Order: sequence, then structure tokens, then C-alpha cells
Amino acid sequence: MNISIHPLGDQALLIDFGEAINEETNQQVRQAAAHLEKQKPDWMIEYIPAFSTLTILYNPYYIAKQLRSQELLPYEWARTKVLDLLSQTSSHHSEGRTIEIPVCYGGEWGPDLSFVASHNSMSEEEVIDAHMKGDYLVYMIGFAPGFPYIGGMDKKIAAPRRDDPRLSIPSGSVGIAGEQTGVYPIETPGGWQLIGRTPLKLFEPDRESPSLLQAGDRIHFKRISEAEYSRLKEEDQ
Amino acid sequence: MISVLKPGLMTTIQDLGRYGYQKDGVIVSGAMDHQAHRIANLLVGNSDEAATMEITLMGPVLEFQQDAFIAICGGNLTPMIDGDSVSTWKPLYIKKGSELRFGQPKKGFRCYLSISGGFQVEKVMGSSSTYLRANMGGFDGRILEKGDQLRFGVPGSQPQYSNEQLKPADKATSFNEASWFVGPEFTNYTKNDQPIRVMQGREFDLFTEQSKEHFLKDAFKIDSKSDRMGYRLNGAALSLKNKKDIISEAVTFGTIQVPPDGNPILLLADHQTTGGYPKIGQVASVDLPRIAQMRPGEKINFTPITHEEAQRLLLEKENHFKQLQRGIATKFR
Repeated sequence: MNISIHPLGDQALLIDFGEAINEETNQQVRQAAAHLEKQKPDWMIEYIPAFSTLTILYNPYYIAKQLRSQELLPYEWARTKVLDLLSQTSSHHSEGRTIEIPVCYGGEWGPDLSFVASHNSMSEEEVIDAHMKGDYLVYMIGFAPGFPYIGGMDKKIAAPRRDDPRLSIPSGSVGIAGEQTGVYPIETPGGWQLIGRTPLKLFEPDRESPSLLQAGDRIHFKRISEAEYSRLKEEDQ
Repeated sequence: MISVLKPGLMTTIQDLGRYGYQKDGVIVSGAMDHQAHRIANLLVGNSDEAATMEITLMGPVLEFQQDAFIAICGGNLTPMIDGDSVSTWKPLYIKKGSELRFGQPKKGFRCYLSISGGFQVEKVMGSSSTYLRANMGGFDGRILEKGDQLRFGVPGSQPQYSNEQLKPADKATSFNEASWFVGPEFTNYTKNDQPIRVMQGREFDLFTEQSKEHFLKDAFKIDSKSDRMGYRLNGAALSLKNKKDIISEAVTFGTIQVPPDGNPILLLADHQTTGGYPKIGQVASVDLPRIAQMRPGEKINFTPITHEEAQRLLLEKENHFKQLQRGIATKFR
């Protein structure tokens, strides 16, 4: 493993697993995160996994009190602990969950489907097919609560962001921006091209795990009709 | 109960932040000025984590429907009770039926109103902080509005002090102040008279020599489009030696990132969990309360500090804070 550890300010440190966006590096991040989740060291406040890095927020004052020594910097102490933890991290490859996301494509649910189609000289049906066939991996959650950074979209349905971002995008909207696809968990402004909408709630503060999706999840998009959308949406209320 | 007669510019309920859910994309939020928030709580016998009211530049008008033990810390936004000006950074006893309002802001940008027992709002994901963009936490997930009724908790044993020593003897008086106050070593940070200390960001060395020099020597003006998420800074444009795509990774309160237009953004309490812009610097935690008291239009100067020194200063400051905590506790005996 080619990892390095860096300070992020005076209350956090960042573990860099290699500057690349790929499944292998991201898996190392997730394995380390899973280990931290299990160990929950008392000096750690929380951890934030990203594409190729894992950031740990720690409490320097708490560490200093434990140390009872002015010599060692809490960061240096935490760094050593992190190296220990990483050496215990299992390299066992655990297959993540697969989550099916029902999507009602096009129409009022996906007002930009026709743009994505014409931009790529395809029919709307071809765009939907390509979007559904993809094998997707959630690399990380960020940007907004429950917002998944998803890899694996077919490049042939890529589309640029809108020139005039919408002031409000309804929650559940499924969109494309560049070579990425994503789902908006909460209503927010945004510039993605919207191709459909899911009735699933990707973010609920009251749920034990507020974010429906977690880094490492595999995703399949499944096409549903407007009637199914309405039915699922009602069931969820 | 406290009634909001006028909400002020932007008044929210905050605590020390919502931790543990950044991996779910949930931002930390919390008080912009932790120092003022924590001291305000100590002054009324609360733990430093209790929920306070964050008041921004133009304060609200509040009517107290019961006697309360309060403190106002941070910037001086000219607090007045029933027309008489009151002090910041000391405990106050306010009587039922009195009105707290704010005049022209004198110094700083934000202040914190603490109340014995803390403001009682439903905790969301372990915190009372308001997360405006997701409409959750705090008071109904939003800024305070006219007509809101705020509840506060039952004071614990410590605020006995308020009844015995601070309650106005005269029936006609609406409030009474303690004779003591928090010393200037804890309160004079609201003056913007020293440069802000910054550590190097992870991509510091990717910037041109000229950009690094500008960053550490020139003044930057806080743009009016700044908010609790971040201060946009205007000055000499900063640029990378070579264009480089940065992979999104975690950022924190105090991270200074530079988008392609070259104007840095200093991330604050409501920062997103991750960012994909190069990071030129990181404000030392001890200087974050000073940042929180700066207004749009003001100028910021940065000066370098090592990571080690920044952390040592933070520990030193926390030790001072514990001393203050013990000192205040003796007043409650």
C-alpha cells in the first residue's frame, strides 16, 4: 500500500491512498473506514471517506490530556495510532450491497431527457437503456446530505451541465453532469441535466443511517411507470 | 418562554455542531464563533455545548415571558433591555415582561445569547444546530421569524446564583448585571487588528511563487456574497503553476480553497463536507473566532504559522479556557 498521512489543519488528518479515482483505491479507503467504524477510537471525532482519501477529525486536547507530556504533538500521536490501525485493516474484499433505485424516466420527471438524447444523437429510449444497463459504484457521499458520487456511467450518454442552473431541483431527481450520474437527495439548486426521478428517500434525518446509500454500494437503476412512481411515493409517506 | 417580536437579520439556534454524519454528507454547522458561544454558556451555568442564539449584525427584538438568567457574548451589537444599554460578557438577570433589543452594531459581526438551561429545540442527529439548506435542526430548521416562541430549559443547580445574588431588588428595574465580567484576554479578539495565521494547505506548493506571495502578504476583502458557508475573498487572483484536477476530499472549518477564477474561499461553519478545489491554506483554529467576527467589506491579511505551532496554541487556549471555566464556577458558589 502506497499511503501517506497529512495534517488537515490542527484538528484533522488525512490519509491519502493514492491519487486516483478507481475501484481498487476506493476499496482501500472503505476497508480502512470500516475498521475505524468497528474500533471507534476514543480520540476520534469522526471520519470522512472520499474517492481516494480518508479524513479523521480528532480532538487534540483530549489526546494531550491522555499523553500528559508536552513533548509529543497530538497530531504525531494520532498519526502513529492511525498507522497501527491501518496495519490491522483487513484486506478482505467484502462485496458491498446492491441497491435498486426505481426511476420514472422522462416527461415532467426528467425534463432534460430529450436534451441528453439529442446531444448524443440518440433516441430517448436508447438513453434510458444505457442508463439502466450501467454497473454503478458509490464512491463517496458528499456535496449534500446523502448525495452519492457514482462511478460507472456509460460515456455515450454524457452531457454538459446546464448553462443556466435551476434554482430548485426536486428531491429524488436523477441527473447527468459530464460523465457522472447522480441522484439529488434534497431539494437544492443545481445544474445537472435531469432525466428522471426516484420515489425513494435518499436522505432521512430520523433514520438510523440517514443516508440510504453508503460508499461501496452497487446501484442498479430500474425503470418504473408514472403510476408506480405515484404508488411508491405514497407508500413511503 | 421568549417571544420573537422582530427576528433581526439572521438569527438562528446553534450549538457546537453536528458531528458523526459528515460521511453521510451532513455538514457540521454550529456556532460560527465557538469562543463566544462557549463563554456565553459558562456565564449562565450551562455546559459549553448548550444551544445558544446566534445573532448576526442586526439583532432581534425579544420579549421575555418569564424571569431568565442570560449572557450576551461576542461582537457588541448594542444590546438594550427596556431601553437601557446592557453589558456583554457578563451574566444578566432579566425579569419577566422585559424586552431585549439591539441597536447599531458597534464592534464585530455576531453575538451569542445564552440562557440558563439552554434553548430547548428538538435535537436532530444529536445536535440543536440549524442546518439551513437542509431545513433541519435548530428552530424548525430555519432562521427565526416574528411570532416564534422559544422555550428554554429548567436551570440546573448552579443558577441559584441568579436568584440569590442577581435578581433586582427594586421591583421597577427590569434587569441586573453581575459586577464581574470576562477578562479582555478572552474578549479582545473581536478587534480586527492582527493578521490571521494560516498553515499551508495541501496544494500550497502547486501555486505559482507570485500567488503564494500575494496570499501571505496582500490584503483580501471579504465579498458581500459571503455567508455561513464561506467568505469569498477578493484580492490578487491566485493561480496554479499547472492546471490540475483535484480529486474531491474532506475540507474543514478554516480551509481556504481556490476555485478557477482565482478568488479564494474561506470555508466556515456551514462548509460542505468535501471539496474539489486546490487548498492554498488553512486558518489556525485559534484564529477562527476572529474570522467569525469580521464583516463583509472588511480586509483580511494572512501570515504563516506552522502546523505544530497552530496545534500548540490551540492546546494552550483550551487550557486557558478551562481556567476560565473554573474561575466562573467559583462565582456560582
